[in-house]
Amino acid sequence: MLVSLYRYNPETDNAPYMQDVEVELPEGKDLMVLDVLALAKEKDPTVAYRRSCREGVCGSDGMNMNGKNGLACITPVSDVAKNNKLVLRPLPGLPVIRDLVVDMGLFYKQYEKVMPYLVNENPAPAIERLQSPEDREKLDGLYECILCACCSTACPSFWWNPDKFIGPSGLLQAYRFLADSRDTAQAERLANLDDPFSVFRCRGIMNCVSVCPKGLNPTKAIGHIRNLLLQRAT
Amino acid sequence: MGMNSVTNIGRNGIQDWIIQRVTAYVLALYTLFLLGFFVTTEVDYQAWSALFAQGWFKIFSLLALLSIAGHAWVGLWTVSTDYIKSAMPRFLLQAACVLVMFVYVVWGIQILWGL
Repeated sequence: MLVSLYRYNPETDNAPYMQDVEVELPEGKDLMVLDVLALAKEKDPTVAYRRSCREGVCGSDGMNMNGKNGLACITPVSDVAKNNKLVLRPLPGLPVIRDLVVDMGLFYKQYEKVMPYLVNENPAPAIERLQSPEDREKLDGLYECILCACCSTACPSFWWNPDKFIGPSGLLQAYRFLADSRDTAQAERLANLDDPFSVFRCRGIMNCVSVCPKGLNPTKAIGHIRNLLLQRAT
Repeated sequence: MGMNSVTNIGRNGIQDWIIQRVTAYVLALYTLFLLGFFVTTEVDYQAWSALFAQGWFKIFSLLALLSIAGHAWVGLWTVSTDYIKSAMPRFLLQAACVLVMFVYVVWGIQILWGL
């Protein structure tokens, strides 16, 4: 299989370039993209990428595979490779540190803005803050996000305004805490979101939904936030 | 934390969003009405001027005109802030858009009421 790798070392290269590496795949086995990348790295050990758990939990190996973002470790090569060719690029829209490794600083800055933690001013009860099973259910489809950045870096609104638009990942987390029955800072959270950029740069094109490796739906969460803002404003 | 903006028509994102949605409905209604008019009526000068002679249609047309202005303001403001990163050219473009829309509205009122 031909693996085309995005290569860029800012210290030595003037511009990024694509490097072709021929990789022998074992017969009768469908490897994950991450495994193929490991085989390519055996041929050329200088290629840099992030990986850790190799089972879709840590979110380290988000990358662009034949044009679509996803986690290399849980994406079968047969799903993405076309004409026996695999094209691997870093997540689009973020500065490249080296090869497939991007600087996630802006992504984390947006995450930080939504106060991704429970705020509760009431004195803590002796044992725990209880939540009814129904209230707990409201967090399903929200809490599972692993912050791999596949969604936000697939979003043109995030490409254009990564400093002002919170992006699908951050907004999913924003709603995760807006929807939490134990949180008491809903008004403050909403007040931080009603400018023209933070939420409203979402044009609902649903790139985020189509790439999320965990099958989550940030567009739906953004719709819920918009409804909360609407209720607050009318 | 919220991004301050003074050149958009609404004061904040939700206001812009509502303006965009409501004006879209008005424009859709106006378009459907005109479409229906063209399909059901043999349009000549008499029919056309009879339609515009009616007070309610002048008001409907003015509403549609204001809706275009509001809709375009929100839309073009968004496009300009997406693509033009330097403040001065962006402000000039926004001002030009607003000026054009203002002229259209005044001109439209003149035409509708034959002033």
